[in-house]
Amino acid sequence: MPLIATRSLTKTYPGGVTALSDLTLAVEPGIIGLVGANGAGKSTMIKTLLGLLAPTTGEVQVLGLDPTKAPEQVRARVGYMPEHDCLPPDMIAAEFVTHMARMSGLPRTVARERASEALRHVGLYEERYRQIGGYSTGMKQRVKLAQALVHDPDLLLLDEPTNGLDPAGRDAMLALIQRIGTEFGISVVVCSHLLGEIERICDSLIAIEGGRLLRADRIDAMTTGTDVLAIEVAEGTEQLSAALAERGLRATAEGRMLLVPLDDEATYDLILRTVADLDLPLHRLDQRRHRVAELFSTEAPTVQEATHV
Amino acid sequence: MSDTSVIHDIGYQRYAGARLGRAYAVRALFEHGLRVAFGLGRSAKAKIFPWIVVGLVTLLAVIAVAVRAQTGETFLPYQELPSVASLLVLVFLAVVAPELVSRDLRNQTLPLYFSRPIKRSDYALAKFAALFTASWLLMAGPQLLLFAGSAFSTGTGAGAWAEARGMLGGWVVSALYALVFSSVSVLVASLASRRAFAAGAIVVVFMVTTPVVGLLISLGGDGNLAKLAPLASPFLLPEGVRVWLYHADSLPIGSFGPLYALVTVLLTAACTLLLLLRYRKVSL
Repeated sequence: MPLIATRSLTKTYPGGVTALSDLTLAVEPGIIGLVGANGAGKSTMIKTLLGLLAPTTGEVQVLGLDPTKAPEQVRARVGYMPEHDCLPPDMIAAEFVTHMARMSGLPRTVARERASEALRHVGLYEERYRQIGGYSTGMKQRVKLAQALVHDPDLLLLDEPTNGLDPAGRDAMLALIQRIGTEFGISVVVCSHLLGEIERICDSLIAIEGGRLLRADRIDAMTTGTDVLAIEVAEGTEQLSAALAERGLRATAEGRMLLVPLDDEATYDLILRTVADLDLPLHRLDQRRHRVAELFSTEAPTVQEATHV
Repeated sequence: MSDTSVIHDIGYQRYAGARLGRAYAVRALFEHGLRVAFGLGRSAKAKIFPWIVVGLVTLLAVIAVAVRAQTGETFLPYQELPSVASLLVLVFLAVVAPELVSRDLRNQTLPLYFSRPIKRSDYALAKFAALFTASWLLMAGPQLLLFAGSAFSTGTGAGAWAEARGMLGGWVVSALYALVFSSVSVLVASLASRRAFAAGAIVVVFMVTTPVVGLLISLGGDGNLAKLAPLASPFLLPEGVRVWLYHADSLPIGSFGPLYALVTVLLTAACTLLLLLRYRKVSL
C-alpha cells in the first residue's frame, strides 16, 4: 500500500487560481521531499492530504484512507507542522504539547508523558517548563515539531521546517527529521523550496511546479544512470569514439569532449585501456556527478574532478 | 558512554495504547477553555482579572447573606443576582471571550487544532460551551453561596426546600443570561484577532443600544413602545424573559413575554450559526 497516492488531483481556489493541476503520484513510506518554488502548491498539497482542503476534482489517499471522506481518521494518524508561527506565547511548552496530545485523543496521563518525551526527542529538556514566548526561533521550531510528533503519528507532514533557522539550526533540524524517519520509523513528508537542503535526507522526492508534477520517484532512481564520464584527448577524438563503440561504450561528443555513461567501475578501465591501445594523449577523465537539482533545471551538469585518474 | 553509566537513552517508543476519539478531544478542548477562562494553569497575571470579577460577584452574595442574617430581609433574591451582576458578567466576557477565541486567531493556532481529529464546528461549539459554562458558574456559584447562607439561617427543612427551589430558579435565570451573553460575545470575539479590539467590540455591541432603550422606556410610559424597547438590547433581553417566566416586575414588558423568549431563541441560534459559518470559512 502506498503511503500517499493521488489520481488527477486538482485544486482550483474560488478566485480561479489553480494550485494543483492533474497531479497523479504514488509514494512509498520513508522520508519524502516535496519540493517546488514558493507558490508551487506545496502547502495546498499538504492541506489536501490533511483533509483541510477538498480537492476540486481527483482522488487522494493517505495511509490507505481518503481524507475527504474520513478526515478525522486520517488526522488521528498524521502529525502536521505548519510553516508559519502557530504557538501561543503565553503558554508553557510542556503544557501546550500536552494539550495538543489530548486533542489527538491521548488520555491525560499518557499525554503528559508523551509530551515530555516528544520535547526531549526534539532536544528541549529543562526549557520545556518555560513560556514559549521567551523561546528562540530554533526552539519554537522544535516545539512545533514536538506537537506534531507527540501522538506518535504514522506520517508527519512538515511544511518548511527549516524556515527562519540559521545554518546550524537547519542542519540540526534536518538531522532530527532524518532520525525521525529512520530510527523512529515514522514516514515524513518534508516541504521545502530548497532542494539541495533536503535531497540528502530524503528517500524519495516529489517535485512540483505551478501545481504540476515534475517528477515523483525514489532518489536512487533519479540519480542512477545519470553519472557520466567526460573524456578529453588532445587529438584523435573520432578515432577514440569509434574504438569505444567497438567495445560497446556509447560515446557522445560534446565540444572537444566525449561523454560516456558510467555503468560501473569497469568502465574506467575499459576507457583507459582503449586510450592506451590507441596511444592517444589523455588530457582528462572526469566523472560528472548529477545532483538531483539538475533533473529539474536546464543548466549543464557541474563537473567534478574524479580521483580515479 | 562508560559501561557503568546508569542513564540509558531508551530511544523513541511507539505508542500502541488507546486513542480516544473526537468526543474526547472536544471535551479536552472544552476543559482547556474553561481553565483558560479562569486563568488556571496560566501565569499569575492571567488569573488577576477573572478572579477580581469572581470576587466582586461573590462579595454581592456575601453582603446579601449578611444583610439577611442581620435583618431577616431578602435583600437580593436568587433570580435578581444575574441582573445585578450583569455588568460584571459582561466585563468578564469581554475579557475572557477574546482570551478563548481571538488568541487562537492571533497566534494562528487554528491549523494545529484543525489538523487533529475534530471538526471545525466542534472547535467552535467547544469554545462556546466553555464560555457559556464559565459565565454561568460566575453567577451560579454565588447563588449557591446565597443558598448556603439562607438555608443555614432558616433552620427548618421546609424553609431549606423553598430556598433550594429558589436557587434552582436562579440557576435557570443565570443560564439565560449566560446563553445570551456568551453567544454574542463568542461570535464578536471570533471576528477579531486582536484581543483589545475584540473586548471593545463586545462591550460596544451590548451597550450601544442601551441608552436608546432606556430613553424609550422612560419616554414611552405605559405604551407598547416602552414594553418592546428592551428587545433591542441584548443586555436587557434575558431580564425580559425572566419577567415572563417568573412574573417579575423588573422590566415593563406587558404581555410581550413570549416575544422576548422567541427573540432570545432566535438571537442565540443566529449567533451560533454565524459562529459555525465563521469557522467553516476561516482561512488557515
